[in-house]
Amino acid sequence: MEINMILSNNKDFKYGLKRGMPIAFGYIPVAITFGLMAVSGGLSPWLAVFISLSNLTSAGQFAGTNLIIQGAGYLEITMTTLIINIRYMLMSLSLSQKIDPEISLKQRLIFGFGITDETFSVASVEKGRLSYSYMIGLIIGPIIGWTLGTAIGATISSALPPALGNAMGIALYAMFIAIIIPPAKKSKPIFIIIIISILITILLKYISIFGFISSGFRVIIATVIAAAIGAAIWPINPENDC
Amino acid sequence: MPNPIIAVILMAAAAYIPRVVPLITVTKEIDNIYIKSFLKYVPFAVLGSLTFPDIFYSTGEFITALCGTAIALFLAYKEKSLVVVALAAILTVYITSFLI
Repeated sequence: MEINMILSNNKDFKYGLKRGMPIAFGYIPVAITFGLMAVSGGLSPWLAVFISLSNLTSAGQFAGTNLIIQGAGYLEITMTTLIINIRYMLMSLSLSQKIDPEISLKQRLIFGFGITDETFSVASVEKGRLSYSYMIGLIIGPIIGWTLGTAIGATISSALPPALGNAMGIALYAMFIAIIIPPAKKSKPIFIIIIISILITILLKYISIFGFISSGFRVIIATVIAAAIGAAIWPINPENDC
Repeated sequence: MPNPIIAVILMAAAAYIPRVVPLITVTKEIDNIYIKSFLKYVPFAVLGSLTFPDIFYSTGEFITALCGTAIALFLAYKEKSLVVVALAAILTVYITSFLI
């Protein structure tokens, strides 16, 4: 019994590791872009790597690092990154329902560090409950990929042709597309929810009276409205999936 | 100018706290079907909103970004992996940047 449990945990860990690999590789070009940006803005390569390792965010650390480069104050830096990162609360709340309820407080504090848009998306489409071993396996690759990519970008910054550096800017978004399109193809509600969310984002971004809303809040508002509309029109059937 | 190390530690806290607060405070299963459905739809809404329209500004040139987006959408529709979709989009943007 005991041995079986360890084995199954080990299996979960390996499965998580496998599921995290595409994310890890997908992160590398995006992280290279980040490393390039940080170093060309005057930060040391070590600081760039430290930012990636300690933050493990995309949009949040790009914005925060830009503010550091511009010499902004602590409050502005903290508030801006917090607003962009608030969306993780929705993901964390969603995962709180999906993980094995037996996972301890300490374990939650550990694997919670690795929740990103991508690890969350992969975890949330898994069948059944998520174990702690699975979550740890899932987040290790992306943490390494993100940190390593930043180190590469920070050290090759001068050697990389600018055209390639610009092209890498699309990597993060291409990855998001790869995550959402397959489920949207199979589920009409998911497709429509994505469209609603995008339309709200566009309205908030281009209509000038909404100009005071920051990009982080745009994501939160669009997400809450689109997911609420989806839940009202297409509540899930508790029997088949969740 | 603020100390960059302190700024980074503050950024790290602003990244970590939102990730763990719900995980450690919501330990019971929510049984309301609407909340459950809402949470199920959140990831798709978040990623849609993060991607569009910002992807069109991601390369510094609208046309190259548009081409990269089209390729990414096509390959994602064909259910290619994250890595393939990301690399193909980068390559498309890189190549088209020399054509325009």
